[in-house]
Amino acid sequence: MAKIILKGVEKRFGDNTVCDGIDLAVEEGQMVCLIGASGAGKSTLLRCINLLETIEDGEILLDGEDISLPGLNPQPVRRRIGMVFQSYNLFPHMTAAENVMLAPRRVYKKSRAALRPEITELFKRFGLADRMDHYPDQLSGGQQQRVAIVRALAMKPEVMLFDEITSALDPQLVGEVLDVLRLLKDSGMTMVLATHEMGFAREAADKVCFLKDGKVIEEGAPSALFDTPKHPDTQAFLARALK
Amino acid sequence: MTKTNAAGKTRRQIYEDRLRRRSMLIAGGSTLAVFLAVVILVPMAPGWDRVKASFFNWEVFAKTFPKLLEAFKLDVAIFLWSAPAIVILGLLVALARDTRNPALFPLRILGAAYTDIFRGVPVVLTVYLIGFGIPGLGLPRPWNSPYIWGSLALILTYSAYVAEIFRSGIESVHKSQRSAAQSLGLSDADSMRYVILPQAIRRVIPAQMNMFIALQKDVALLSFIGPVEIFRQAGVFKSLLANFTPYVGAAVIFLAVTIPATRYADYLMAKQNRERS
Ligand SMILES: Nc1ncnc2c1ncn2[C@@H]1O[C@H](COP(=O)(O)OP(=O)(O)O)[C@@H](O)[C@H]1O
Ligand SMILES: [Mg+2]
Repeated sequence: MAKIILKGVEKRFGDNTVCDGIDLAVEEGQMVCLIGASGAGKSTLLRCINLLETIEDGEILLDGEDISLPGLNPQPVRRRIGMVFQSYNLFPHMTAAENVMLAPRRVYKKSRAALRPEITELFKRFGLADRMDHYPDQLSGGQQQRVAIVRALAMKPEVMLFDEITSALDPQLVGEVLDVLRLLKDSGMTMVLATHEMGFAREAADKVCFLKDGKVIEEGAPSALFDTPKHPDTQAFLARALK
Repeated sequence: MTKTNAAGKTRRQIYEDRLRRRSMLIAGGSTLAVFLAVVILVPMAPGWDRVKASFFNWEVFAKTFPKLLEAFKLDVAIFLWSAPAIVILGLLVALARDTRNPALFPLRILGAAYTDIFRGVPVVLTVYLIGFGIPGLGLPRPWNSPYIWGSLALILTYSAYVAEIFRSGIESVHKSQRSAAQSLGLSDADSMRYVILPQAIRRVIPAQMNMFIALQKDVALLSFIGPVEIFRQAGVFKSLLANFTPYVGAAVIFLAVTIPATRYADYLMAKQNRERS
């Protein structure tokens, strides 16, 4: 049984169908990359999986359990699925450490003292040991994004969603964030990424899905999708993206 | 390599220094001209001697000022017990108007009606209606005190404004902050309390300070329903001494409080604008 299964997921904003019958399976420990032009619906799909958006039709299964059931309390599900955003979205009025501890404190009712060793370990692992007590505006974009990843990880999620997390970064800072993703993949985390980093997707993904107009046009192993795309839309997109 | 003169200044710096000196000179000159005109022309007005005697009588000023200061303590006291109530009620109304919980829908409607009504009526009218109306029900002591009902009128009016300012602050926090909080599994209440509100409140502090400066001035409206605060005390002196100088004294006392507070609010506002740009 796959960790996450999407069956015919439909999401509309008014008349605009943003996810148009999406089927997708993510196996435990897999890294799946969503690629496609901006406006294809990648962010919306990730937000649907994290129940930040409700879906009009279809099902989303986490460990076989339907989490898209209307009326279901989303909070316990969101704790199991971490999400990192393009714009970091750190809480600007809190230090990095406070950002990371807030949710475990409130949701798991752990004390700061109990959390400190644990999160110190996380900060160390991601090269942020000396940045714990800095405020977000005292950190570089790459550091902020790594703090955002640590913040999501502190809830001990089973799945992580990443929405173009390197798109807002200066080119020289992209590498350090991609390294973190590799580290996570090696630790066996199940991950879904929306990304424009084609090189990274090809090298690190287990599966790549090409989205267009809210549909999965083509999916497959990175080598197959990047080297021998079958659908003309995929070919056209890759011709532009890899130029 | 730019050319520099003996003082080590570039051509541009010398030019800008000259501009700055010139504009300072012009500003100083025009201020002096206006000041002189006022000082020379106003006393030439036909009624000046009478105005001077009845508004700017130094003896009256010196005699009444300490008592006015004493009476101003009551204004400050009314301000001090009303302000915390306004912050709390204003925040509650702002949150009620923002709630998405259907069970709390009546609260939302009530909150909207409340802010519309109390922002739509002149403060003095609210002070009259509540200050005279409620004690008129024949309540026993101390519940017929104009202090209680006058303060309540101020609290209700100002909470409506303060609530709207809080709400604008809450709405100014970007949606992505709420998304981030929710994605961590925080409850809506926790997202509001720990993520949205601290940012919202920080942003509206200067605007709220201006509201509270206005409140300090409007405390004088309670004089209409009884309490002998500074404005009323000045009125008493006016009748007693047949002279308006006590009102000028009262104005001086208000200004001594409000000008520094206003300057400070402006400073905070400017600082925030700089930080956000
Ligand atoms: N909250 C929203 N309200 C209305 N339309 C939205 C909203 N979010 C996204 N959309 C629309 O959904 C479409 C897909 O957007 P998005 O999921 O952000 O695509 P991508 O991440 O692939 O660039 C776009 O046309 C966008 O305008
Ligand atoms: Mg997007």
